[in-house]
Amino acid sequence: MSELLQDYLPLVIFIAIAMGLGLALLVAPFLVAYKSPDPEKLSAYECGFNAFDDARMKFDVRFYLVAILFIIFDLEVAFLFPWAIVYGHLGVYGFWSMMVFLGVLTIGFIYEWKKGALEWD
Amino acid sequence: MNAVPLSSMTQVLPEIVLAIGGMALLMFGAYRDRVDNAVCVLSVLLLAAAGVTVTIIPNGNVFGTSFILDDYARFLKILAYLGSAFAIVMSLNYQTLEKQRTFEYPILILLSTVGMGMLISAGDLIALYLGLELMSLALYVVAASNRDSLQSTEAGLKYFVLGALSSGMLLYGCSLIYGFTGNVSFNGIAKASSQGGLGLIFGLVFLFAGFCFKVSAVPFHMWTPDVYEGAPTPVTAFFAAAPKIAAMAIFARATISAFPGITHQWQQIVVFVSIASMALGAFAAIGQTNIKRLMAYSSIGHMGFALVGLAAGTPEGVQGVLVYMSIYLAMTVGTFAVILSMRRSEGMVEKISDLSGLSRSNPGLAFFLALLLFSLAGIPPLAGFFAKYYVFLGAMKAGLYGLAVIGVLASVVGAYYYLLIVKIMYFDEPAKDFNPVPGELKAVLGVAGLFNLLYFVYPAPLIGAAGIAAKSLF
Repeated sequence: MSELLQDYLPLVIFIAIAMGLGLALLVAPFLVAYKSPDPEKLSAYECGFNAFDDARMKFDVRFYLVAILFIIFDLEVAFLFPWAIVYGHLGVYGFWSMMVFLGVLTIGFIYEWKKGALEWD
Repeated sequence: MNAVPLSSMTQVLPEIVLAIGGMALLMFGAYRDRVDNAVCVLSVLLLAAAGVTVTIIPNGNVFGTSFILDDYARFLKILAYLGSAFAIVMSLNYQTLEKQRTFEYPILILLSTVGMGMLISAGDLIALYLGLELMSLALYVVAASNRDSLQSTEAGLKYFVLGALSSGMLLYGCSLIYGFTGNVSFNGIAKASSQGGLGLIFGLVFLFAGFCFKVSAVPFHMWTPDVYEGAPTPVTAFFAAAPKIAAMAIFARATISAFPGITHQWQQIVVFVSIASMALGAFAAIGQTNIKRLMAYSSIGHMGFALVGLAAGTPEGVQGVLVYMSIYLAMTVGTFAVILSMRRSEGMVEKISDLSGLSRSNPGLAFFLALLLFSLAGIPPLAGFFAKYYVFLGAMKAGLYGLAVIGVLASVVGAYYYLLIVKIMYFDEPAKDFNPVPGELKAVLGVAGLFNLLYFVYPAPLIGAAGIAAKSLF
C-alpha cells in the first residue's frame, strides 16, 4: 500500500505548489498594490459596453434547447474522430457499429426536426 | 479486434426487435397525426414479439460475456415485458381523459424496456451501467411527462437529480472494483475476489448503494414517495413494476455471480438493507392518506422482503426472489388498476378516504381491491403469502433465522394498513360514486386478481420456472 501511495507523492507536491502559488498571487495585490477605486473601475467589465442589466436574469428556454441539441452532435463528432483514426484496424464490424450509431442519431434528428424543435418561433 | 458475425448475435434479438421497433414507431408518430392509439397497440405487439423471441432463442453469450442470455435472464425479461405491456394498456383511458395523449409515451416505455433487457442480461460492469442508464433516462422523462403539472415536473427533476447521484456512486463503486480486481466482467471479478480485501468491499458498498437506489431500498428510498405521488398515475404504475424487476434482477445477478468469494461481507449489507426496508415500509405507511404514497411505502417494504431471499445467497433464496417479483408484479399491477379507476366526474381522486363505502357503491371493485390488499399483506391462501413463504424458506435454509423472524413481524405490522383500507371500504359511510371502470382496466384487474386468488391451485409452473432460472445463476 505504501508503495502505491509513494507513486502519488509528486502529485501531492504539485498540488501544494499550485495552491501556494495561487494563494500568494491572490493575496499579494491586497497587500502591496496601489489602490484608487472609482465607479468605472468597480463596475462589471462587459466587452467595453456599460453593463445594462443584472447578470441573473431570466433568459429564453430556447437557448437551452438549442444547446442540448448541439451537445448531441458535438458528442457524435467526439466519437467520430477516434473511430476515424483507427478505422483501418476496425474492419467491417467497426464500420457498421458506427453506421448504426449514426443511424440512431439521424432518427433522433428527424424527430426533433419534425417536432419543430429547430424552429426559433 | 475480432469481427462478431451477425449469426452470433441471435441472443440480442429481443433487444434489437424492441429498439428498431421503437425507432420505427417514433418515425411513424412524427410523420402522421393522431396515431396515439395505433402506436400504443403496436408497442404492446412489439413487447409481445420480444417476449416470444426471448422464449425461443437458445441460451448463449454475446460480445464476449457482456451480454448473457440464460434461463435467469429469460424469466426476468418476460416479467419485465409483461410489466411494460400492462403499463401501456393501463395508460390508455387515463391519458385520453386527462388530455395527456402523446405518441411518445409508449415509445419511451419501449426504449426503457430495451434498457431493462440489457440490464437483466448484463455480464460485466460496463454493460450493467449502459443498461441502467438506458432504462433510467426514459424513466426520468416519463416521470415528467405531464409538463403542465408542477408536481409531475418536480417528480421528474427529483428523480433525475437523485438518479444521477446514485449513478455516480455506482460508477465510483465500479471503478474501485475494477481497480482492485483488474476485471470488469462478473466472472473475472469472481475469480479475482476470492481473497477479498478492503478496497473491493469499499467498491461493493458503493455498487450496492446504486442498486438500492434503483430498487428503492432503505437507506436510498427517499425519492420513492415523492416521485410516486408526483408522477401521473399510469407512470407510477409502470415505475412500481417493470423497472423494479430489472433492478432486482441485476442486483441478484451481480451479487451472486461476481462476489461469491466475499459472501459473508455482502450478506451483512443485504441483511441490513432488507430489515431496514421491511421496517420502514411497515411503519411509515401507517400515517399516509394518499394511496399513491402508501403504495410507495408498500413497494419499499416489498423490496425488503424480496431482498430477504437474496440475503440467503443460495439457489433457494434466488428462487424465492424470482417468485416474489412475479407475484409482486401481479399484485402491484392489479392495485394500480384500481387506483386508476378512482375517478369521479370532477377528475381523479387519490385519497384513501375517497374509497370509503366502496363495497356498497361498487362491490366488484371493492372485492378485487380487498383481495389484492389481503395478498399484499401476505394472508393465505392468496399469492402474496406464497411469495413471502418462499423467501423466508430460503432465508431459514441458509440459517438466517433472525432475519426471517423480523420479516414475519414486519409483515404483521404492514398488514395493519392494508386491512385499514379494507375496513374503510367495507364499514365506512359511502362517499360519492366513482365513474364506471373502463374495459381495459377491468381486464387487467380481472387477470391480476384471479392470478392472486387462484395461484395456490396450481403453483408448480411458476415455482418450477423460477427454480430453473435461479439454478442458471450458480
